Amino acid sequence: MPKIRIDDREYDVPEGANLLESCLSAGLDLPYFCWHPAMGSVGACRQCAVVQYQDENDTRGRIVMGCMTPVTEGAIFSLSGDRASGFRKAIVESLMLNHPHDCAVCAEGGECHLQDMTVMTGHRDRRYRGRKNTHRNQYLGPLVHHEMNRCITCYRCTRYYRDYAGGTDLAALAAHDHVYFGRHVEGTLESEFAGNLVEVCPTGVFTDKTLVGHYTRKWDLQSAPSVCAGCAVGCNTLAGERYGKLKRVHNRFNAAVNGYFLCDRGRYGSGYVNNAERIPYPAERAADGRFNALDTHAAETLLAAKVAGKRIAGIGSPRSSVEANFLLRALVGEENFCPGFSVQEQPLVHRAAELLKSTSARVPELAEIEAADAVLVLGDDVTHTAPRLALALRQSVRNKAFELAADLRLLPWQDAAIRNLAQDRRSPLVSVTPGSTRLDDVAERCLHLAPGEIADFAFQVAAALRDDSAANDDAKAVAALLRGAKRPLVVAGTSLCEAAILDAAAAVAAELSQGESSAMLSLVVAEANSLGQALLAGGEAPDLSVLTARAEAGEIDTLIVLENDLYRRAPATEVDRLLDAVADCVVLDALETATCERADLVLPAASVIESEGTFVSMEGRAQRYFTVFPPGDGRRPAINWLLGGLQAAGHEDFADMAHVDEVVSACASAVPILAGIVEAAPGHAYRSHGVRIPRQPHRYSGRTAMRANVSVHEPRQPQDEESALAFSMEGLNRDEPGSLLPYVWSPGWNSNQSLHKFQAEVGGALRGGTAGARLLDGVSAPAIPVSEASSSSPGDQLELLPRPTIFGSDELSARSAGVRELVPSPYLEFSASDAASLGLRAGDGVLVEGVAGAFEVRVDPALREGCVAFAPGLAGCGDLVPRCAVRVRAAPDWQRRDAALIASDGEGRD
Amino acid sequence: MTDELTRPLTRNVHPDRRPTDMDAYEANGGYRALKDTLGKRSPADCLQIIKDSNLRGRGGAGFPTGLKWSFVPMDDAASGPKYLICNADEMEPGTFKDRLLLECDPHQLIEGMILSAYTLQADVAYIFIRSEYLLAARLLREAIAACHARGYLGKDILGTDFSLEMHVHASAGRYICGEETALISSLEGKRANPRAKPPFPQVSGLWGRPTIVNNVETLCNIHHILERGAEWFQSLGIGEDAGTKLYGVSGRVKNPGCWELPIGTTVREILEVHAGGMEDGYALRGFLPGGGSTDFLTPEHLDLAMDYGTIGKAGSRMGTGTMIILDDKTCPIGFIHNLTKFFAQESCGFCTPCRDGLPWSAQVLEGLELGDGRPEDLDTLAYQIDYIGAIGNTHCALAPGAMEPVQSALKYFREDFEAHIAQGRCTYGHDHADGGAH
Repeated sequence: MPKIRIDDREYDVPEGANLLESCLSAGLDLPYFCWHPAMGSVGACRQCAVVQYQDENDTRGRIVMGCMTPVTEGAIFSLSGDRASGFRKAIVESLMLNHPHDCAVCAEGGECHLQDMTVMTGHRDRRYRGRKNTHRNQYLGPLVHHEMNRCITCYRCTRYYRDYAGGTDLAALAAHDHVYFGRHVEGTLESEFAGNLVEVCPTGVFTDKTLVGHYTRKWDLQSAPSVCAGCAVGCNTLAGERYGKLKRVHNRFNAAVNGYFLCDRGRYGSGYVNNAERIPYPAERAADGRFNALDTHAAETLLAAKVAGKRIAGIGSPRSSVEANFLLRALVGEENFCPGFSVQEQPLVHRAAELLKSTSARVPELAEIEAADAVLVLGDDVTHTAPRLALALRQSVRNKAFELAADLRLLPWQDAAIRNLAQDRRSPLVSVTPGSTRLDDVAERCLHLAPGEIADFAFQVAAALRDDSAANDDAKAVAALLRGAKRPLVVAGTSLCEAAILDAAAAVAAELSQGESSAMLSLVVAEANSLGQALLAGGEAPDLSVLTARAEAGEIDTLIVLENDLYRRAPATEVDRLLDAVADCVVLDALETATCERADLVLPAASVIESEGTFVSMEGRAQRYFTVFPPGDGRRPAINWLLGGLQAAGHEDFADMAHVDEVVSACASAVPILAGIVEAAPGHAYRSHGVRIPRQPHRYSGRTAMRANVSVHEPRQPQDEESALAFSMEGLNRDEPGSLLPYVWSPGWNSNQSLHKFQAEVGGALRGGTAGARLLDGVSAPAIPVSEASSSSPGDQLELLPRPTIFGSDELSARSAGVRELVPSPYLEFSASDAASLGLRAGDGVLVEGVAGAFEVRVDPALREGCVAFAPGLAGCGDLVPRCAVRVRAAPDWQRRDAALIASDGEGRD
Repeated sequence: MTDELTRPLTRNVHPDRRPTDMDAYEANGGYRALKDTLGKRSPADCLQIIKDSNLRGRGGAGFPTGLKWSFVPMDDAASGPKYLICNADEMEPGTFKDRLLLECDPHQLIEGMILSAYTLQADVAYIFIRSEYLLAARLLREAIAACHARGYLGKDILGTDFSLEMHVHASAGRYICGEETALISSLEGKRANPRAKPPFPQVSGLWGRPTIVNNVETLCNIHHILERGAEWFQSLGIGEDAGTKLYGVSGRVKNPGCWELPIGTTVREILEVHAGGMEDGYALRGFLPGGGSTDFLTPEHLDLAMDYGTIGKAGSRMGTGTMIILDDKTCPIGFIHNLTKFFAQESCGFCTPCRDGLPWSAQVLEGLELGDGRPEDLDTLAYQIDYIGAIGNTHCALAPGAMEPVQSALKYFREDFEAHIAQGRCTYGHDHADGGAH
């Protein structure tokens, strides 16, 4: 480690770091704007200037930019000298020439990096007498608000949006002091990761549009660590509440998982918590079919009557916590517990779990995925099935650039230099999918195949890796790319409902891990706890059709459905058969669903935001989410309802159980593969430096006045008996485990840039440790036989492929404000040739034989012929059965939507 | 023949400025160097001659050309192409020397470029030309076509295994494209933002590949040096620098223009002999020796030699060698306000001091010029000069260059600033922002 001198003190700094990073890691406050720990340095803002001296005798030195200056042994710097601090003050003065004086009404105020840096540099009085430049703002869609006058031209937004996330529709426009960051015309930002602009922008140009209507400042938010329920990646989030409403979700740093960024489904997909469709009270269906509200006690009594001494079955949910599913399983018995997947999905998720347990390849964290130097993606369009994973894959292709840079002795943070050097030279990413994907622009090769063909192809790759000369040339070429890599990665998923793809992916990974390389296998499952559910339920669990058969045989009195809308899991006629056949149906859920409409007893469940539980992500990482605010009205966490049921049914083991920790322990000891969930986060007795961790920041205001319009009697603050967090400003938010980080804030650093104060080294892991516990590490199941049999395509008919969409295929996020506006109307996607032979153009309507409703035609020129794709989860798509053969015809009386005026904004392009 | 030896660059430049075509160019010894070099001398020998010649870059910075070229890796042909770029984006205020070479003798540049590319073993050459130079661009395209017809460009030139493609690329019209790394960004189709160095273009330039960017005048010297040798070239200069230089003068002189003279000719000779001295009724107040981004010099500097070292020691830069004259009837504040406004407008907008500092400086100067100035404005300007004017404070050299005339005007013409403030008006009678100074 080089030793450097800063203001006459010696520091040991990491080899290859730049001075700015080194200063921040050493706890020195050096202001900056354009540098970002995940995006490196470009030297645009000139804010992190310091003076560097040649040697001991140099008294004058010269100004250098901290972010552009590598630290070398013996280097001498001054941070606090007049010249350096004067220059930094001058930079802020320049940035303030055109910056509006609107802090008081700016959505960024109170957590503004520009405010912090202005105070830090000491700039106060204005000398500039000219007018300020002003700009027009743009409509950028329902998620991100644009206020261009506040821009300080640090270029972080376009560097993030274009260079990091691969977006093309946000750019730096114009020049000199008229530089404008926006789109060529107004319109919804195309990137699925646009929401990160809100956190990347150091001032208030990009802010959460979903927050504008019910704005609260950061200092007034009550926050807790949460885990995104939008997909199986398991991104860590910080959810903030005020007045009993969820206000916003921001990123919670996790060095192993999401790093600094979320996808827009994750950031904006929790708004359903505030919906009018939330179920407020327990309700019993009356004879006339209407629901009567009940109080908690009456509901518990009724639940007890429906479970005690009855033949009960339960349907769990992959979007519900491990704990709630565990309790339901305990209540109904293992043989009566259906995990709640669709009939097609259940064996796939189980298969994925088995493969992950037995693979000789590494099941990677996202951080390891970013380090992959060759990637084979099989089947899934990961931008839509595991979005944050797609962003990580986009970074992985840059490893070639870092290799080239190392040859020129460039350091990884020299961002512009490395991008200029590498240009479009990338580490190979091969995408083998039915149609075009959002990663095609960085893919070395794209093959477009039907699901069965994808599996066949991947088996060929595995064969080629075994040096089987019978493999075809494409497979040999892909095998060569993978074999040439040190850290090859195979990604596959369950979305196409083709088990052979999973087997084939595992076969490729197994071949790769024979060699010297450290091969990785990543399998995408659909929901936040899909993998946890598969690990809990095992392979013998009855699926929905088995349950239906038993119900129709009269074997089920009471069916308990946990946080699951069955109408999203099977065609309506089949769900109806099941529900018609059971005497009593109890539904626990947070939102009204079609299944709730069929219930005899509805129990309102707290949402993820209002409760505590564990999800197991696709990498097998168990992660705990915590209660951000207590559920209102008659809502209770699902585990409380279920514990009541267990106690009523006389389950001795659960008689004294009341707390999350107890359920976690019980689950861990009952299910060996889930033993590690205890380690996901510290229990309720944990104290950081002897005190609890506050959910409210030290500037939390108006607590006593918050309910004054309702009653002058202030209610007692809620007491948290479930976790180490407190509903209070009192306590200490410093150095606690990452799983308990409620917000980031540090003196002088009010914005999210204060994160580095929680990291031992800037950009590195949190001081208190990385959140989550990996369950599959060290599990060594025997290798399972891989079947090379894959399904074949159905002759002359079209094969119906599920291709999920980021906004719409996930149930809860699609019902959240903002995201709801981005959910497309139901569509079917055709290949160009199939569309032509059917006489269809994009924007036309089609009918599917045997399915109600019409679908809009989309044409994906890359889609494999003979396939037609739909987005599961969209309204009207519930009766489309994945992978079956269908006949389609043009819909009569279809009204085409108006053609988009600008081709690049529209979907209607042929 | 004596003429040819003493002013090689302009030997094909006629008083009527008609372009020299292929036949005329070859008739006057053109492409002889090409034929004598390709396949007959090694690239390493050529590089040594250029190094020995002491040729320095004529674009303004005066960096030794041979040294610059020697940074290009010569052993990595297998890993991809190398590029040679001619910087013909002549946009420095007051500069019009390259235009003369481009319009009057396009083949001279092309021959120089082919031999430069041969020396560097470059595969593709671009001429990045100012978009307003329509005539020159057309002539260059015609000349390139003529070269292809004679086998001087394209595959296996003159039967050797050396191949070169050459393209003319018209700039979209930004001053910053004259900065070599901004030029490269622009050529790649990106925003014309300069790049941080290192890495230098010699190792990572266009498309991330080794790239040499040279000025038109620099490249026009190459085949003369290869043909006649380093010693001949050194003998052309008067002082320590080698070769000839195209000097130009604009402003209120009797005979504004551009002349090829031995490098190191005195300012007085250029101004009084070639430019004919000041117009009647005007006296010399000061001059920018090498374009709009160089410091003022004054009549006391008239006997200095126009070479890199001498002008540098006097506190300015020789720059492009084309002087702008400030006379005694033009408001110096209006003069520098006009320049500063230009530079503020031409900032790429990447770094803070340049993007936001220059417009502020321009505003302060406008206020001073119009008589709205306050005494503290001079402090503000001094502060701006310190803040913007140092290389390293900004991302590239544009803003420091822009501050050179401002800082030297404050030094030499401070009484004008003080008079404007004291009298609350322009003491030269200018009553609007542009001042009509030019």
